[in-house]
Amino acid sequence: MPRYLVLQAPEDGVRLITLQRPEALNALCTELLAELAAELESAERDPATRAVVLTGSRKAFAAGADIREMAERDLVGILNDPRVGHWQRIAGFAKPLIAAVNGYALGGGCELVMCADIVIAGEDARFGQPEINLGIIPGAGGTQRLLRAVGKPLAMQMVLTGEPITARQAQQAGLVSELTQPELAVERALQVAASIARKAPLAVRLAKEALLKAGDTDLATGLRFERHAFTLLAGTADRDEGIRAFQEKRPAHYLGQ
Amino acid sequence: MAFEHILFSIEDGVALLSLNRPDQLNSFNTQMHKEVREALKQVRQDPQVRVLLLTGEGRGFCAGQDLSDRNVAPGAQVPDLGESIEAFYNPLVRALRDLPMPVICAVNGVAAGAGANIPLACDLVLAARSASFIQAFCKIGLVPDSGGTWQLPRLVGMARAKALAMLGDRLSAEKAEQWGLIYQVVDDAALRDEALALARQLATQPTYGLALIKRALNASYDNHFDQQLELERDLQRLAGRSEDYREGVAAFMAKRAPAFKGC
Repeated sequence: MPRYLVLQAPEDGVRLITLQRPEALNALCTELLAELAAELESAERDPATRAVVLTGSRKAFAAGADIREMAERDLVGILNDPRVGHWQRIAGFAKPLIAAVNGYALGGGCELVMCADIVIAGEDARFGQPEINLGIIPGAGGTQRLLRAVGKPLAMQMVLTGEPITARQAQQAGLVSELTQPELAVERALQVAASIARKAPLAVRLAKEALLKAGDTDLATGLRFERHAFTLLAGTADRDEGIRAFQEKRPAHYLGQ
Repeated sequence: MAFEHILFSIEDGVALLSLNRPDQLNSFNTQMHKEVREALKQVRQDPQVRVLLLTGEGRGFCAGQDLSDRNVAPGAQVPDLGESIEAFYNPLVRALRDLPMPVICAVNGVAAGAGANIPLACDLVLAARSASFIQAFCKIGLVPDSGGTWQLPRLVGMARAKALAMLGDRLSAEKAEQWGLIYQVVDDAALRDEALALARQLATQPTYGLALIKRALNASYDNHFDQQLELERDLQRLAGRSEDYREGVAAFMAKRAPAFKGC
């Protein structure tokens, strides 16, 4: 049983992972990251799981890394930091990952939000990369994914001043896809996840992969990948079912084949 | 924290916060800001509190910033007034606006500068007949703060807002009521009692539902119609889960008076 995660399956095909380390505002200690990576790997292997919602508490999604742990690592310690591997496993999750963010998403917490594919935020959420205040810099994508998410001027301002932005600013900048009342963020994220869980799983997977390609390759390569993925789906039973159901004006029943 | 510049008590679900520097017309200095902040923190943390009543001691409600507290000597370095706004006034008006319960303001006398705008961040404003509102900022080269430039045009329309803000004339309580700046004028001698009676009555009402009403109405200034319809849907969803809603319906069906708990 994980120590820092609460695991639930509130909807068909949807897993809900709640970070639960209230004594530290869900600071991302190594053990928590390891548990999260393991849980996502288990969700990836499970054909019944179609989407995952990740959330924290009302007060904090995750307020950063575990500073005490970090202070104990010297240069060699950081070079061999096991967290790098955990982050890679989290970011590499192949199924849709939806973050429901309330309260603080700072430092590693903000970086974790950016590993998600879709971000639903309560209106009082705060996003920031305060690492600079400690004489360090973001170390899990906070300089790379943030720039791609919000553009250079805002990313620079956030990373160089350490000052957080509001949920509304985050939505305007493109870090957040939808704002909700804080009490409804998880509920809305579960709705979105349930909606995705009803789609054809192979199409969902290739769509996610194609969209992520857009962020890290040139347009021609991305378009080539998209076309290959599009072509691949032509060989699936779910494609035939989807088109037939549309023509027959009935809901489609996808099998993931 | 012992309070020097405010009076603060909590009784029967009503938190009473009275500005108490009567010799300086209750103008704000740093200490008073800190005390008000502490009191509001207690209001937020105490689950018993269901209404906040804000008022002032003596003949004035609040004369805004105590100018001697941020005196600008000739030749001195340019002050950063934005700092004190960011540190004190903005958090104060945000706190009043965001407090999940009705906030009543009883304006007992002159309300000038920030003191004229702090009531506008409250939900129900009563004023003594002799009270008045003065957007005094323009007279010393400043801009209405504490939300004044946002509230005024929404409450009284742009034409009157600009006149109030640029002329800095005294607006009587009666005219303020006629213009829709405040809810109600009350005879001076009756103000405290009427405000307290209103507060006590509201403290028996479905506080959570009232807090959601406050959220919806506050948001209506910023939202498009469709956004507001969606917000109403979401807030009604939350309201429908409350115990008070269940109690309200049960009491209605049983033809008895509801006993609301505020949650």
